[in-house]
Amino acid sequence: MLYAAVAARSFRRYATYRIATASGVFTNTVFGFIIAYTYIALWTERPHLGGYDLPQALTYAWTGQALLAATGLLMGGGMDDLQERIRSGDIAVDLHRPADLQLWWLAADLGRAAFQLIGRGLLPMAVGTLVFPSALPASAATWLLFLLSVALGVVVGFALRYLVALTSFWLLDGAGVSMVAGLLCMFCSGMVLPLNVFPGAFGEVVRLLPWSSMLQVPADVLLGVHDGAGVAGALAFQAGWAAVLLAAGRLLQSVATRKVVVQGG
Amino acid sequence: MAEERVRAGAAVRERAGAAVRIGEGLRAYGLIAAMWVRSTLAYRTSFLLTALGHFAATGLDFLAILLMFSHITVLGGFTLPEVAFLYGTSNAALGLADLALGSMDRLGSRVRDGTMDVLLVRPVPVFAQVAADRFALRRLGRITQAALVLGWSLTRVEVDWTPGRVLLVPLMLLSGTVIFGAVFTLGAAFQFVAQDAAEVQNSFTYGGSTLLQYPPAVFAKDLVRGVTFVVPLAFVNWLPALRLLGRDDPLGLPGWVDFCGPAVAALMCVLAWLAWRTGLRNYRSTGS
Repeated sequence: MLYAAVAARSFRRYATYRIATASGVFTNTVFGFIIAYTYIALWTERPHLGGYDLPQALTYAWTGQALLAATGLLMGGGMDDLQERIRSGDIAVDLHRPADLQLWWLAADLGRAAFQLIGRGLLPMAVGTLVFPSALPASAATWLLFLLSVALGVVVGFALRYLVALTSFWLLDGAGVSMVAGLLCMFCSGMVLPLNVFPGAFGEVVRLLPWSSMLQVPADVLLGVHDGAGVAGALAFQAGWAAVLLAAGRLLQSVATRKVVVQGG
Repeated sequence: MAEERVRAGAAVRERAGAAVRIGEGLRAYGLIAAMWVRSTLAYRTSFLLTALGHFAATGLDFLAILLMFSHITVLGGFTLPEVAFLYGTSNAALGLADLALGSMDRLGSRVRDGTMDVLLVRPVPVFAQVAADRFALRRLGRITQAALVLGWSLTRVEVDWTPGRVLLVPLMLLSGTVIFGAVFTLGAAFQFVAQDAAEVQNSFTYGGSTLLQYPPAVFAKDLVRGVTFVVPLAFVNWLPALRLLGRDDPLGLPGWVDFCGPAVAALMCVLAWLAWRTGLRNYRSTGS
């Protein structure tokens, strides 16, 4: 119940910044247009590249823009606050609260993601669908599975960013690690180009890494790339990574809180 | 004769006054920037990582282009070296402008939290303070990466180099930097009104440079018209590059337009200066 309240407050916190949200929608739409045109040029030269036809490729591009803020495909994504609290020493206060640190931040991140999906995701997707050919599914079941997949992607994204934020216990200034982590995420999630376009064994490895849960897998669920069993497998893949990474975060958290001296404490 | 000399002298002094103000601004900018550089270098590992990060972040865009070209030989009628030339010129221009003025997007948050007022009472030009605030040396990463790609592309593009064509490249970079710098300033001036819309600025700067990485033929004509006549980013590299590579531009503009970069850059500066002055004069503190 406590965590639901945290999530709801986090949702409202992000909903407060209306001008920032509007300007984010504008930015996502502008980038969506640029990427969509480059995909048109690419898929016109090489139809069915990566197994997508042109409408599928374009829908992939707009899905990326719609999920960009929600799953935190770029750097930062709400964990800056945790990093700052670790750096300043305020984390000592959090550790004394009768709430689990990781669950607290997960709840806050889910609230943030829910707002970003609605606030920053819907409109660019709608614009993209109106202006360009699209391959959006008609069936409600596919949409539900897509939302489930997005939710799992958000959790994986959170678990990764939580691990990065915890490195601040040792490094104090986590900006460098955040940046490297952000780059890995951008490249390996399929934000730069769909992962099925990545060549050979390299592509296969990248598709097995956790980052693919954040964009490639949800997009494929939306595009109906998988059959019934395939969808189940894709969701299990995401859930598996979420579990592993959350457990790793928990482990690192206990190591950090046991041996690290909090600043200013 | 004497009268003329006196008049010329007055004009020189007046210009000297403006020059002194600009000089003061530059000096202040240099001092603030140097302070931030020292403070950044205090966390050396983090600085190196973020500089490398900037290098790699821009490198990712190029990696995307390389991945595309692993499946195709031409994109929008351009070969890989030609796209690399567009990529290098747009990113170098953006990188230089970003290094000099990239922190200006923080103006909105300064207006929101009231720290803008602090800048107004200091005896230093406000523009210099805002521009140099949090001067980020790590942005050299983007410039280095762009320079490497540009250098590579110059050895590969098929251009019949004449002195004029050689000169066109630095001229492009210079006017491109100024155009992007003006866009950064216009964005900051907009923040006086919007306060919380820093991302809109990113659409035109980072979005603009992403757009300019690809040949104009890739995009719809209306979009090309928009970035030629409304936000004249096409003058950063598209138009001079088309001239250099011997291509016609998709809008069929007269040939002399390709050389208008410096004039457009100057015009953009005037606009940015007017917008900045208007924004600053109409600024009201949050009062908190």
